[in-house]
Amino acid sequence: MKQLIRPALVLFTLLSLLTGLLYPLAVTGLAQVLFPVQANGSLIEQEGKVIGSSLIGQAFSSSRYFWSRPSATGPMENNGLASSGSNLGPRNPALVDAVKARITRLIAAHPDHVGPPPADLVTASASGLDPHISPAAAHYQEERISAERKLPLERVRALIETHVEGPGLGIFGEARVNVLELNLALDAVAGN
Amino acid sequence: MNPSAIFQTLLYFGLLFALAWPLGQYLEALLAGRLSERCRWMAATERGLLRLMGTTDEEMSWWRYALALLLFNLIGVVALYLLQQFQGYLPFNPAAMGAVSPDSALNTAVSFVTNTNWQGYAGESTMSHLTQMLGLGVQNFLSAATGIAVAVALIRGFAHRSAVNIGNAWLDLSRATLWLLLPLSFLFALFLAGQGVIQNLDAPRQVQTVETLVPQSLPMGPVASQEAIKMLGTNGGGFFNANSAHPFENPTPVANFAQMLSIFLIPAALVFMFGRMVGDMRQGVTVLASMTLLFLGMLAVVVWSESQANPLLLNLGMDGSMGNMEGKETRFGILASALFATITTAASCGAVNAMHDSFMPLGGGAVMWLIQLGEVVFGGVGSGLYGMLLFALLAVFLAGLMIGRTPEYLGKKIGSFEMKMVSIAILITPLLVLGGTAVAVLADAGRAGMLNPGGQGFSEVLYAFSSAANNNGSAFAGLSANTPFYNLMLALAMALGRFGVIVPVLAIAGSLAAKPRLAASSGTMPTHGSLFVALLVGTVILIGALTYIPALALGPVIEHLQLFGVPR
Repeated sequence: MKQLIRPALVLFTLLSLLTGLLYPLAVTGLAQVLFPVQANGSLIEQEGKVIGSSLIGQAFSSSRYFWSRPSATGPMENNGLASSGSNLGPRNPALVDAVKARITRLIAAHPDHVGPPPADLVTASASGLDPHISPAAAHYQEERISAERKLPLERVRALIETHVEGPGLGIFGEARVNVLELNLALDAVAGN
Repeated sequence: MNPSAIFQTLLYFGLLFALAWPLGQYLEALLAGRLSERCRWMAATERGLLRLMGTTDEEMSWWRYALALLLFNLIGVVALYLLQQFQGYLPFNPAAMGAVSPDSALNTAVSFVTNTNWQGYAGESTMSHLTQMLGLGVQNFLSAATGIAVAVALIRGFAHRSAVNIGNAWLDLSRATLWLLLPLSFLFALFLAGQGVIQNLDAPRQVQTVETLVPQSLPMGPVASQEAIKMLGTNGGGFFNANSAHPFENPTPVANFAQMLSIFLIPAALVFMFGRMVGDMRQGVTVLASMTLLFLGMLAVVVWSESQANPLLLNLGMDGSMGNMEGKETRFGILASALFATITTAASCGAVNAMHDSFMPLGGGAVMWLIQLGEVVFGGVGSGLYGMLLFALLAVFLAGLMIGRTPEYLGKKIGSFEMKMVSIAILITPLLVLGGTAVAVLADAGRAGMLNPGGQGFSEVLYAFSSAANNNGSAFAGLSANTPFYNLMLALAMALGRFGVIVPVLAIAGSLAAKPRLAASSGTMPTHGSLFVALLVGTVILIGALTYIPALALGPVIEHLQLFGVPR
């Protein structure tokens, strides 16, 4: 037993320093050189001010913007320091009530749209920070944006289409639209 | 399954085996010591290490090997606990995080040392960068190295003939960390950083949002370095609360696919290494085929289940074509979420890219059952292989009973001592899972943690103990588990579930190493080929079904029947 204590302590200390300080600091140094934008959060600047990250979803409530997915973070939606899903089970009445309220609001805000609201627009994401919506969810909102921004519907549709990212390498994941980037492009086209 | 699901699954396994084959070759050379014989600077490093430790490369008996690992892991628990208590006074703490509560710190220390990585805390609001790197990150490496050491010690038990010893624990730990986990993590971390995973030492960054109604704080930290070993070591403890669903941990579907590959990479390579070390690759392929079959069956259930829309939400007028999107990220959708969930629970990884609590009842039930099978479907780094070999011993024992012969595996006669140890190792986790769940649902403190009503609340508790005792670490995260009751109960389950298996496994290794290796005769039951695959898969399913289906009936099954069976 005694003969094992020194090796255990020494090995633990050395491997800790190596894997716990040297390794992460070396990766930090290299990542800062090789991928400075990504390593610092893929931040988006506008007029010298950082207005967000292209990876972190923001809440949009104004009818002049495309809306993000519902977020279950507390105390407010899309709280960057409290990532979380709702964790509501499929039969939880709280889930049914929340989705009912979202559907009611969506239908009221999109009287011109034909067809039911897509699932991602009425369900909370896993992280509460989902930066994307599905192309269907973007198109669901196009009549409202067209009316609010006084842009022809065709123009809004084309704007959405240019912001659709396909699946990764053509096969992985799903087609999606980055809501923050889409709204910034919208502001650029229609003025805010 | 739809064509895209089949194509992606085939691509996944094609790439996995293509990478795991050469890695298995490398691992065999590394852990048999032939690599450092050939490479001078590796040998010099190892010699220097041993000199600093004041020890030699002498092989150890099984109990000495076990004692060394236990001591090494105990030091890990103490160090990680203290680091969480004193992080407020230490550097790399830009967000000024204070001490973690004692019960949560103990739970987390045990959790990361046992390779469980159950998280009662939320990383972005609890842990300093130093604790993440020097505490949690270190155990991501060392717990994986411990698993590899135990697996290779057991294999030596089969491969050695009439020997007393099963290897040197210090050398196995150092080699696995220095020459396997560290270089792989380094490369993978840089890849992830290129995909958008953050890697810095900054404080949270406040940004003006577009609508500027509420500013948003973006968490920062050395995430990519942590993320790489979190997946490669099948640890699964996220830097952030949302784990691999968080866009800063898993930003793109390509990163997501790479993360899924990295979970199974070392467990699969270790099976190939096993085949090489016992001198019969057919044995390794048989084990791997059994794992793959079990995996594919469960994957089909999860993909099918999550592709369905929730009927209660369809009634409200939602479009159902996307499937069950509650608790899932848009960039992953159903397929990449279902595939990830099946992989992370088959391996004892426990990282999640979707919230399992919001899965459809049978999807959640399937991933829970994968955990309950004992984490032997690829399983954790090292632990998956030694867990599956325990089932292989049980399978030859059952077959031996049927045909009235002394069971043999890989030329070693399996005696009553080995079978006693196999029984302890296989039965300890069900005892912890079912016993722990029973206590928790009877106690007020246990029931208080449930978020969801009815059968789903019971599932949350059952999942928690399944995850802890089998060292998975994922959760039905609605459960409020950061309470003294759950922190202590689950810490106990994690510790006993880990070391209550490791010690019997090493005992088996020692006992087998001492036996001669018999040549196969016409009376030997072959342990390769499709017949043995069927026997092994059957044994795993039989034990898992007999043990857990009654409990699962009270949770996922009843929820499914209530969700789909009630006429509307």
